[in-house]
Amino acid sequence: MAIFLQNLVNSLQWGSFYALIALGYSMVYSILMLFNFAHGDIFMVGGYIGVGVSFGLLALSSSGILAIPNWLILVLTILFSMFLTSFVGMIVERVGYRPLRNAPRASAAITGLMIGIILETGNLILLGARRVSFPSLIETATYDLGGVFVTNKKIMIVAVSLLLTLALHQFIRRTKWGMAMRAMAFDFVAVPLMGVPVNKVIALTFGIGSALAAAAGILFGIAYPVLDPYMGVLFGWKAFVAAILGGRGSILGATLAGFLLGFTEIFVAMIFPSTLRDLIAYSIILLILTFRPHGFFGEPYSARLRL
Amino acid sequence: MRKGMLFGVCILVGVMAFSTGWAKEPTIKIGINAPITGDIPKVGEGTKFAAQLWLEDVKAAGGIAVGKKKYPVELVIEDNESKAESAVKVTTKMITEDDILVMVGPQASKQAVPAAGIANNYKTPMITPWSTNPDSTKDKPYVFRACFLDPFQGPVVANFISNEFKFKKAAVLYDVASDYPKGLAEFFKKAWEDTHGKGSVVAYESFTTKDTDFSSQLTKIINSGAQVLFTPQYYNEVALIVQQAHQLGWKKPIVGSDSWGSAETVKLCGKDCYGAFFSTHYAAAGATGDTKKFIDRYKAKHGYVPDDVAALTWDAMMLVQKAIQGTGGLTGDLKKDRDNVRTALSQVKKFKGITGEMTFAGKNDPSKCAVIVKISDTGEFTFYKSVCP
Repeated sequence: MAIFLQNLVNSLQWGSFYALIALGYSMVYSILMLFNFAHGDIFMVGGYIGVGVSFGLLALSSSGILAIPNWLILVLTILFSMFLTSFVGMIVERVGYRPLRNAPRASAAITGLMIGIILETGNLILLGARRVSFPSLIETATYDLGGVFVTNKKIMIVAVSLLLTLALHQFIRRTKWGMAMRAMAFDFVAVPLMGVPVNKVIALTFGIGSALAAAAGILFGIAYPVLDPYMGVLFGWKAFVAAILGGRGSILGATLAGFLLGFTEIFVAMIFPSTLRDLIAYSIILLILTFRPHGFFGEPYSARLRL
Repeated sequence: MRKGMLFGVCILVGVMAFSTGWAKEPTIKIGINAPITGDIPKVGEGTKFAAQLWLEDVKAAGGIAVGKKKYPVELVIEDNESKAESAVKVTTKMITEDDILVMVGPQASKQAVPAAGIANNYKTPMITPWSTNPDSTKDKPYVFRACFLDPFQGPVVANFISNEFKFKKAAVLYDVASDYPKGLAEFFKKAWEDTHGKGSVVAYESFTTKDTDFSSQLTKIINSGAQVLFTPQYYNEVALIVQQAHQLGWKKPIVGSDSWGSAETVKLCGKDCYGAFFSTHYAAAGATGDTKKFIDRYKAKHGYVPDDVAALTWDAMMLVQKAIQGTGGLTGDLKKDRDNVRTALSQVKKFKGITGEMTFAGKNDPSKCAVIVKISDTGEFTFYKSVCP
């Protein structure tokens, strides 16, 4: 039982990253019918920006200019990096996708792949192949709950990612901008005629998606403090799987599927030899998609897409 | 004009006669094949500095005494640009043009393996100080090495854990997609089960390169009743594995292999790695005797602590010296002398090097002890003990 609970805790943390990244895929898809393949690399960029911001704040704090405790540095790091990375996302959209908006979807998808490679290799040139370690802003405290070990970081990661998902949900449901997004997901042709600034809404969508990816990048850096320029590639693929599994364009679906992916990977490794982890885990996902080709909450192409 | 030319020719002939006269004076020439430029210039630098330090000693002693005669020594240092083809070119040049007696280097297996083929074809003894790939000496009677091989570390670590902690159950976590960790994990498992019986490796868990989350594997390991975790990984994975193990409640020892021996390990891993052990060629901190003497001299001269390449090069030079002395006398016939040096090298027994005691006993890979390093509470790699196979 303790083993089961321990793995449950592990998979909650692991699924958080998939969920946060999958949200970005899903949002962009529901509006533009486009998968932003550079999204995994934006997750990586977010993590690196987080390292830069936190080192900057630490330097400010230790030099006495801005004496703030480390937990506040962490909060500010997350907020600042989300803010900065959202601009990276908007630039990617402006440079990579807007010129190709009326081009075939395949061209736009390839653009995403290329931007991803540019971000990876750009980082490689800028910072070298050396791994970057995320500064440990908070001391790890491990709690032993009857054989199940939980750390303060794990709790924080799961809480922050759930909070962000909830915030996104509220934003889309309750604000005017959110309504514009939903409207565009509903009908991309008619909405501009109603006077909705399409370009702004799309840029905002990319910005929010990237901010969530940045949050995932920083949380990832806190849990696994070794960052490298290619860390976003595999994560991008797997989160993409989660986005599809959740149902294209569904916030709730993407979140749930992200966590489900985390559960599957961890529990497969618990039951089967760990060498077979991804093989079995993704065969299971494949099986699910065979029976539910539109994911959990998705609807056939012709039908409307919900945000 | 004509007179001038004649004069010039006269001088030239004179100089040539003079220089060939000098070359006939018996001098021992030792080739150093080092990556002075290219990808790993630091390795080349360490090689050069260690060899020159050795030459200083020899010069101070007036040369190497072989039999009843003392021979002056000359080093032929060539740059292989850390490229395989340059290493081959340099090796050929040193053997056929510079008439070297023995060659030390190249260091990395990438250059050592092709260069070893050339040296063996020309029947010239060669010692690679640093190459751990089995291929560099395999089926090459003229090629030796000064370090241990990859398959050797598994049993060494297994012995160390068994003797030091008296543990009976071990767990292994390794990367199944990378040759070095996979091989080492297998060798360790075999050695451990040979001592403690089948099933004594209670958890044998793997992952694939680029994985960052090991929580399910570690949860399995923790619940398997293992007393120690062996993980022969590179520094970036070491940091993640060790930290996650501690966060999941693992408080028992963690042991690694020589791939841990990078300054990055502690930088990335932090306090979590303090107290962990790993096996390696040599440890600078806490060294004693000749090892310490070498480190101090090197540091005084070049301003930094020598790494394992420099220490192994020093040992290779000492081995060369011992082998040359072991021939009992040089004949002056280069071919014969090279053969004699080879034979002498292969018969080296209980040679006390600064990286441990070495015995060749007819083989080309030394049987030597590994050093177990403990990461201290300040993050330094300190000598813990020497373990022999």
